[in-house]
Amino acid sequence: MTETSIPQTAQHPVRDRMLWPAIGVVCLATIALALGPDWASLPARIVLFLAGVALAAQLLKGRSRQFFNGPMAYAATGSLVLLVILALFANEISPQNPYDLRQLDIMDGRLPPGATNFDGSFTYHLGTDEQGRDILSGILYGLRVSLSVAIVATLIAMAIGVVVGIYAAWAGGRIESILMRLVDLQLSFPSILVALMLMAAFGRGLDKVVIALIIVQWAYYARTVRGTALSETRKEYIDAARGLGLPVRKIIFRHLLPNCIPPLLVISTVQIANTIVLESSLSFLGVGVPVTQPSLGLLIANGYDYMLSGQYWMSMYPGVALLAIVASINLVGDRLRDTLNPRLRK
Amino acid sequence: MLVYLLRRIAQSIFVALAMMVIVFFGIYMIGNPIDILISPDATPREIEETMARFGFDQPIYIQFFTFVGNALQGDLGRSFVHGESAVTLILHYMPATLELAALGLIFSVLIGVPLGVYAGYKADKWQGRAIMTGSIFGFSLPNFWVGMLLILIFAVELRWLPSTGRGDTVDVFGIRLSIFSENGLQYMILPALTLALYKASLVTRLARAGTQEALVQDYVKFARAKGVSETRILFVHVLKNIMIPIVTVLGLELGSMIAFAVVTETVFAWPGMGKLLIDSILTLDRPVIVAYLMMTVLIFIVINLVVDIFYTLLDPRVRVTGGTS
Repeated sequence: MTETSIPQTAQHPVRDRMLWPAIGVVCLATIALALGPDWASLPARIVLFLAGVALAAQLLKGRSRQFFNGPMAYAATGSLVLLVILALFANEISPQNPYDLRQLDIMDGRLPPGATNFDGSFTYHLGTDEQGRDILSGILYGLRVSLSVAIVATLIAMAIGVVVGIYAAWAGGRIESILMRLVDLQLSFPSILVALMLMAAFGRGLDKVVIALIIVQWAYYARTVRGTALSETRKEYIDAARGLGLPVRKIIFRHLLPNCIPPLLVISTVQIANTIVLESSLSFLGVGVPVTQPSLGLLIANGYDYMLSGQYWMSMYPGVALLAIVASINLVGDRLRDTLNPRLRK
Repeated sequence: MLVYLLRRIAQSIFVALAMMVIVFFGIYMIGNPIDILISPDATPREIEETMARFGFDQPIYIQFFTFVGNALQGDLGRSFVHGESAVTLILHYMPATLELAALGLIFSVLIGVPLGVYAGYKADKWQGRAIMTGSIFGFSLPNFWVGMLLILIFAVELRWLPSTGRGDTVDVFGIRLSIFSENGLQYMILPALTLALYKASLVTRLARAGTQEALVQDYVKFARAKGVSETRILFVHVLKNIMIPIVTVLGLELGSMIAFAVVTETVFAWPGMGKLLIDSILTLDRPVIVAYLMMTVLIFIVINLVVDIFYTLLDPRVRVTGGTS
């Protein structure tokens, strides 16, 4: 892609038109999935999954050879897709509903992996925790909580960051310097400290974790978007749009914004992994998600007390799941950065 | 220069005051301290007396001004749980955190620099790439997860090192430190390693980038022409030149080490100020939470201020654009 050619938005008009609705669908469906009073219905989750796949396919269209450059890329993508499917369809896949107390038997507490319940009708493949919950089911449900909290928080933080960043870049002057001072100020404190501070004030809760994670992240996006927007506004296509006498609203939404999004998508992939880590740390410390909806971090914390006595499975397997999701998102994000980075793309 | 300095200090004071407001009103929302302070079967008169003693019967803005006034005199309240002054309490726990962070920094240099230099030397070979992939894991692995794994391997399975707690301590100028006793050091190894992993990945990346740049310099060519061995070139000539940026970044990261210590200390039941914070959050011990946050924020503001001033002294270009807060 050459810099001097015609406006960049004109180069992939179809891609842009397909990309936006897909992002919108994924956004809304994820929010519904994560914050709805009950978990979204099966068709809704299937639609969400297909929309996600369509979005990914659209992004990688014509670049799949570049993306899948080795066995590591295949392995990471495969495990990420698998884990997302497991999280989305946890209700249907998991052998037990770990939130339903009627399905639990306290007599089955702390059984090692592979043990069966008293009449042999149910096998706990990964063992049970102290309340007789099947660890495997707990992991699937925990994976869903971890993933949806991270995705929702990242999406909302990204939206806020985009608005603030573009506004700052467009407005300039005093508004810009005040907003960016605020961003700098927040970014000078480590995210775990800010998140802890917020959770100390809010108390535990799914919605509160999401809010804390949004507040922690927005500044990061605002800074990135402002940087991109500043360099984009100096390009010729914006001058051309101005020269045509287009209204500001149209220049921002139709020309500037679409060109600020690709670098953001790359960052947000890795950022989702960071958010999962941050959320699991908060939950591990006991200030994150509520006990009734354990994420992977809380599952690890629950089993932690028993680990020193050799009952490793309660913490170990949720830990492996956490490692798998974080590592595969990071590796996929790394590939995406190499594939989509406009600076490296020739 | 003086104007810049004064403006920068004024800015820091403003930030400190703003954080004071945020922290006070934020923490004010947590629970009702009366529930913790008074037993449920207390008479209404006792409740009233306690409320008056702690000043809870005053309107919130009066409480805030009392808080600011006391804070400026170095008094951030009295712990509900320990009955001690919150600042004294935190100062009592602080050395444990600081020595852990210090050992963590040492570990991160000892691990990160050799790996990074080697990765830079073998940048296009599989060794270099493997180290870089490994550093992605170092960045992305949750701190508590690493700690858990280390405990499982070295404490539960192999039984080489103690799992949790703090061992023997030695009094150094009246401060209890465990870094100078053999037993205490054993207790420190696992938590310090956990704390070091993230920074070690950072150091690896910095050292690799620095080494790659340094290897094409004339002094390396000259050393090679002189017949100096590759090992000596890497770990004497190159190392000297790449250490400056590494030390700078690590200095900057000392603050975040203290913040990350919250997680590590909880995993290893290390009696530092991070563990104190978590325990205080769980028991709703408001004065200690406020004191911890205020002191940490102050540490960060001071670090940022000092770094900015140093940069200004070293690099006059910064002065023109103005530093970041």
